[in-house]
Amino acid sequence: MNPKKRNMMLNLAAILVLILFLVYANRNLGSYNIRVLNLCAIYAILGMSLNLINGITGLFSLGHAGFMAVGAYATALLTMPPAVKEQNFFLEPIVPILANITLPFPVAITIGGFFAAFVAFIIGAPVLRLRGDYLAIATLGFSEIIRIVITNTQSITNGALGLKSIPGTTNLWWSYGIALLTLYLMFAIVNSSYGKAFKSIREDEIAAESMGISLFKHKVLAFVIGAFFAGVGGGLLASLQGAINPLMFRFILTFNVVLVVVLGGMGSMTGSVISAFIVTSGLETLRVLDEAINIGPIQMAGIPGLRMVVFSTMLMIVVIFFQRGLMGTNELSWNRLFQFFEKRFSKKGVSSK
Amino acid sequence: MSFDLFMQYLTNGISLGSLYALIAIGYTMVYGILRLINFAHGEIFMMSLYFAFYGIAIFSLPWYMTFLVAVLVTAALGMLVERAAYKPLRHSPRITIMVSAIGASFFLQNLAVVIFGGRPKAFPTVPMFTKVIRIGNISLQALTLYIPVATIILLIGLHFLIQKTKTGLGMRAVSKDHDTARLMGVNVNKTITVTFAIGSILAAFGGIMWGMKFPQIVPTMGLIPGLKCFIAAVVGGIGNISGAVLGGFILGVGEIMLIAFLPGLTGYRDAFAFVLLIVILLVKPTGLLGEKTAEKV
Amino acid sequence: MTLLKTNAITMQFGGLTAVSELSLDIAQGEIIAVIGPNGAGKTTAFNMITGVYKPTQGTIEFAGKNITGLKPHLITKQGMARTFQNIRLFKDLTVEDNLFIAQHLHLNANLYQAMFRLPGYKKEEKHILEKTAFLLEKVGLSNLAKEKSSSLPYGLQRKLEIARALATDPQLLLLDEPAAGMNPKETEDLTHFIKNIRDEFDLTILLIEHHMQVVMDISKRIYVLDYGVTIAEGTPMEIQNNERVIQAYLGVDEDA
Repeated sequence: MNPKKRNMMLNLAAILVLILFLVYANRNLGSYNIRVLNLCAIYAILGMSLNLINGITGLFSLGHAGFMAVGAYATALLTMPPAVKEQNFFLEPIVPILANITLPFPVAITIGGFFAAFVAFIIGAPVLRLRGDYLAIATLGFSEIIRIVITNTQSITNGALGLKSIPGTTNLWWSYGIALLTLYLMFAIVNSSYGKAFKSIREDEIAAESMGISLFKHKVLAFVIGAFFAGVGGGLLASLQGAINPLMFRFILTFNVVLVVVLGGMGSMTGSVISAFIVTSGLETLRVLDEAINIGPIQMAGIPGLRMVVFSTMLMIVVIFFQRGLMGTNELSWNRLFQFFEKRFSKKGVSSK
Repeated sequence: MSFDLFMQYLTNGISLGSLYALIAIGYTMVYGILRLINFAHGEIFMMSLYFAFYGIAIFSLPWYMTFLVAVLVTAALGMLVERAAYKPLRHSPRITIMVSAIGASFFLQNLAVVIFGGRPKAFPTVPMFTKVIRIGNISLQALTLYIPVATIILLIGLHFLIQKTKTGLGMRAVSKDHDTARLMGVNVNKTITVTFAIGSILAAFGGIMWGMKFPQIVPTMGLIPGLKCFIAAVVGGIGNISGAVLGGFILGVGEIMLIAFLPGLTGYRDAFAFVLLIVILLVKPTGLLGEKTAEKV
Repeated sequence: MTLLKTNAITMQFGGLTAVSELSLDIAQGEIIAVIGPNGAGKTTAFNMITGVYKPTQGTIEFAGKNITGLKPHLITKQGMARTFQNIRLFKDLTVEDNLFIAQHLHLNANLYQAMFRLPGYKKEEKHILEKTAFLLEKVGLSNLAKEKSSSLPYGLQRKLEIARALATDPQLLLLDEPAAGMNPKETEDLTHFIKNIRDEFDLTILLIEHHMQVVMDISKRIYVLDYGVTIAEGTPMEIQNNERVIQAYLGVDEDA
């Protein structure tokens, strides 16, 4: 069997295994575990989208929380039934245009993505001329501005009160379906000529520009696509949580996603997916540190904040000692997997001689 | 708006600007020397407040002793952060160092939650500073006048240190070129450590005065002032100390005036700094007093 | 026919004048060299011509069009390509991808077509891959196509960089010290190589070089810069006998 065909079969098999697992999970796991599984997939989407911007194109953007907020609010406002909106907006009524719109979830989430992409386009056009640290701080600034605007536009976003009783459509099928689709699209982009152009910008802007690559066009393109998926991820998250408010979208949220990207390896999409699972389940497991636990007769009081202390320590250890992350810029692929086993096998052969 | 009221706002703005300036210097000095945004600087500022708080509230030291100890402990903390989070990465890509810096920032913030608790604490007040004084029709806290004075004294001291001492000469040399400075016999690592210590000392002074002006402390309070002061440093031209001071004052006065003249925008107070940042970056990316450096091709 | 013409271009950085009123004139098919001591402003001149810097004064015409102040990528699109003094390959990418990327500028397919590999894109990609293979063959790197470009030895990196420039389909090729760091044997090979590609790809070449042997061997005319000022211009023979040049440049250690 030729490798191409083999890989295709293996991909299909992997998807089948995933489907079986999801069926099993839906039947047998409790709501808490299902929630965590959903979060893993959402973080995978967010990680991949930031990776396209930071890891592939080399633009150090810290604005992801802002784009997620845009997607989350758009999805929430477009899926909430009029009655729920009325309950939410008790301080100041919602603007009439939004009051009576209720769209199906997939439509709403797509619009949310496009809206985030549009905001990214408006922001990116001026900001992407900046480089390195300056870009980082400017995108962080814009993300904060988005949050502040959301806090202050009472009649559209309900301000600091946030939105509650958002229809909880997100389930394993939605989050894993979209994560899989994102993975496919990201690979399609990265392997195309455009993806290579993105990478050349990461490697050396001046050389890339001298090779005829329009920095502006490609940077904006990567930024906007990344923001689209951040918006979609935000929408899924809003529907999963059922409630959102501006405080959710602070810098720490961006930081969590940066962490996923760095841990997985900047420039590796499969790395981001793997590390999304590690980071999300890690954060959930560490939750015990913050909460009181009872082990038989022994009672241990939780220490609030300890979870993040442990977590940020782990992050710094990773950053300092494993700078390239789990995967570096490599992708997990069937070929690589086979090569890996072949190498191990042949190494054993050599050493036994 | 009456003249008196305007003066009152202006004094408040200058006072706030002084605090921003003191903290901004820490960002600009570290950036000048390491080309690194010290994301943890805001958290160092926050820690200084807790050190001062515990000095007075728990150990009931007199305020001047407390402040001295708090400043010294903060300096030690700044040096420790450099040693742990930045020194191992001196030759790493910028993005890696930045992630480590952000990591250090979250670490300190959450460490503060663990040690000091997440609930707000009331910063002890010193009557000498908080008493209200009247000048003509303006009534102000004495502190509002003392802050700019203290700032000027600290700035003079800093200027002396950088321009007239050997340590200062070393810092100026390292900011130009690490390797050349090393060849000229400057101990680069020591200079970097000293830079962090000085930045932290100024942040601690700023922090303590901040605590007396806005007497409520929480572990997350470092983030926004930290970001704003970094913005002040960028606005003035990062790496340039006078620039950081200028940026601090522009930000402080601008913020207060925004609220004074356009009360409808009070909710957007924190956005002012970010808008200013983006405008400056687009119009003059090197900041108001920054030098232009062409990239070598 | 004149391919490139600079009209008294000047570049100032703050108070420093790096290049002053440089007027080059290059006809189709020529190999022209710019020489001069370190810091004479040669690379700055290249940076102005290729759009990295915008000249403080003066204009640049390329193939009859005014290209002054155009962005580098647009200038490249018009048929000008360059190499860099300190090699600037896409280090983390493969040899093959380095050449692939240099052809991206001519791609007609949009992102959507490229992502889903629609027929239009597939055809273009096939063409790109063929040309990549052809260029690799040309510079003798075919067996290293899948290697990381940073893993190549120095001399091959230089060749790859030239191949990458060729991949953009240029009329004019600018080489910034192509022989830097090469031994005599490699230098001689390079000289042949440059002549070779000039003929095969119908190129015009402008190069900066320190190796007098290379310069005298292949250039039709030479411009000599010193402290940003053009102090002489002429055939290799004329330059070798020019008093001012000998004083400014050849008289002193020639950095070789």
